[in-house]
Amino acid sequence: MAKLNLLNYSENYPVYDSAKRTLSSLLEIKEAWRYRDLIVFLVRRDITARYKRSVLGIAWTMLNPLGMMIVLSIVFSQVFRVQMEGYPAYVLSALIAWNFFAQTSSSSINALVWGGDLLQRIYIPRSTFAISTIGTGLVNLTLSLVPLFIVILAIGFPLHWTILLSPIAMLFLGMFSLGVGLLVSTIGIYFIDVVEMYNIVVMAWMYLTPIIYPLDILPAGLQGWLKLNPMLHLVELFRDLVFYGKIPPLENWLISFAVALVTLLIGWIVFTGKSDEFAYRT
Amino acid sequence: MSSPTAPNLSYTAVPLKGHLAEEPMVLLDEATVRYRVPRERIRTFKEFAIRRMQGRMHYEDLLAVDRVSFEVRKGEVVGLIGANGAGKTTLLRLVARVMRPTAGRVVVRGRVAPLLAMGAGFHPELTGRENVYLNGALLGLTRRQIDERFDDLIEFAELHDFIDAPLRTYSSGMMARLGFAVATAEMPDILIVDEVLSVGDIAFQEKSSARIRQFQDHGATTLLVSHSMGMIEKMCNRVAWLNHGKVVQMGEPGQVVSDFERFMNVQGE
Repeated sequence: MAKLNLLNYSENYPVYDSAKRTLSSLLEIKEAWRYRDLIVFLVRRDITARYKRSVLGIAWTMLNPLGMMIVLSIVFSQVFRVQMEGYPAYVLSALIAWNFFAQTSSSSINALVWGGDLLQRIYIPRSTFAISTIGTGLVNLTLSLVPLFIVILAIGFPLHWTILLSPIAMLFLGMFSLGVGLLVSTIGIYFIDVVEMYNIVVMAWMYLTPIIYPLDILPAGLQGWLKLNPMLHLVELFRDLVFYGKIPPLENWLISFAVALVTLLIGWIVFTGKSDEFAYRT
Repeated sequence: MSSPTAPNLSYTAVPLKGHLAEEPMVLLDEATVRYRVPRERIRTFKEFAIRRMQGRMHYEDLLAVDRVSFEVRKGEVVGLIGANGAGKTTLLRLVARVMRPTAGRVVVRGRVAPLLAMGAGFHPELTGRENVYLNGALLGLTRRQIDERFDDLIEFAELHDFIDAPLRTYSSGMMARLGFAVATAEMPDILIVDEVLSVGDIAFQEKSSARIRQFQDHGATTLLVSHSMGMIEKMCNRVAWLNHGKVVQMGEPGQVVSDFERFMNVQGE
């Protein structure tokens, strides 16, 4: 018969007191850190499960944006006659950043609202699923850099060393997406159809972000308004680094960082303030 | 039936520092769970907006747990009995931290192993080994703790030859054995058992109840929900009888069980 581990961990195990609910957002950071191994395992599960299931596996992550890039390139060059140097790489670099945002923010809602069964049975810090969704998304985003580099080289552009700085832009994107995902999933606890509505919002949002068109084809007045769109700055930062090979101006770094941090803080605070409701709904 | 108000306990100001041996492992102080249930179920924002505009929003309060106060000392086995919907499972959820009470207080000291969540998060495409790590992490173990226990765990589950096969090839008995082995890989401070375990074949059932007894011998505290009164009387030191979210009676198993059975028979007639 197997030996038993009868060592008692209670000495260093935190005491749970339901009455202590001050600073729940700080406590949640501590709890998420304590469950960091779980976050790693969840990311690994999502990635291995996905690639074990389909033959194309990893290729899918790359083929999807590539297909869209080809369609858009044809439409824009042949139908709308937009002349722009390196258009395929221009589109693709922003598209993978956008896909990351759209996919992670809406699937963190699904993870929370539909993964509710698990949250009903055992205690897990509520943020772990959302965080692991971002982790999975970051792995996929990194993978989709490979086809981007191939496209850049294929259309005769060089690869720049600034690519090495792109993880910073990806981190900002991750922070922003986590913040938005947490905010929308807090509403999603109450109303399931918010998820559907959010998908429509994301579609409209994409056209308000200069992803498939260059910002300067718009009239100057409209350009100013579009700059209120936080994703514009994040996408631009990412594109500057991976495609144009230029160091973005300090201003753009600061705006992107501020946008990402503020969104994450708001999302985190709203979510942790309401996360007890998860067990009461669904 | 006499009014089932809980005794007014005066330990609200128990200091939480200083781990005295006499300190309760689980403390419920006027713990209350109140669901606010809309009279009609509104699940979508569209419906909500329409109802709101028409001013037709009606809520009902449902008290699943109503000012329950008791404490469980180290090593005790406490049984919870009551009719369906009496609040037993909600009470277990409070202790397992799945739910926070809407009023009152719940204090839990130490690691809780909820045997309600065996095999939580098992994924069919992953191997047994990958699932052990994932499931263990869901139950709050670190990678290192699982590493240390891994070999014993597999031996206990008797799954040596299959551990690197995907879980979808497992029989339901194998999955249940693996789930139980992970859930009990580490000695918990508090065990939560909903209904008596019936995992795998008879040999494994005996092995699993032996393990639970071993935990109890080493000081693990147990909360047990069961509809089998024989089991409750056999295993528990104390029993709490719940009805409509309130503790009707709490005390010596034989007495509480016989009062409960008499009450249920009267009701049944």
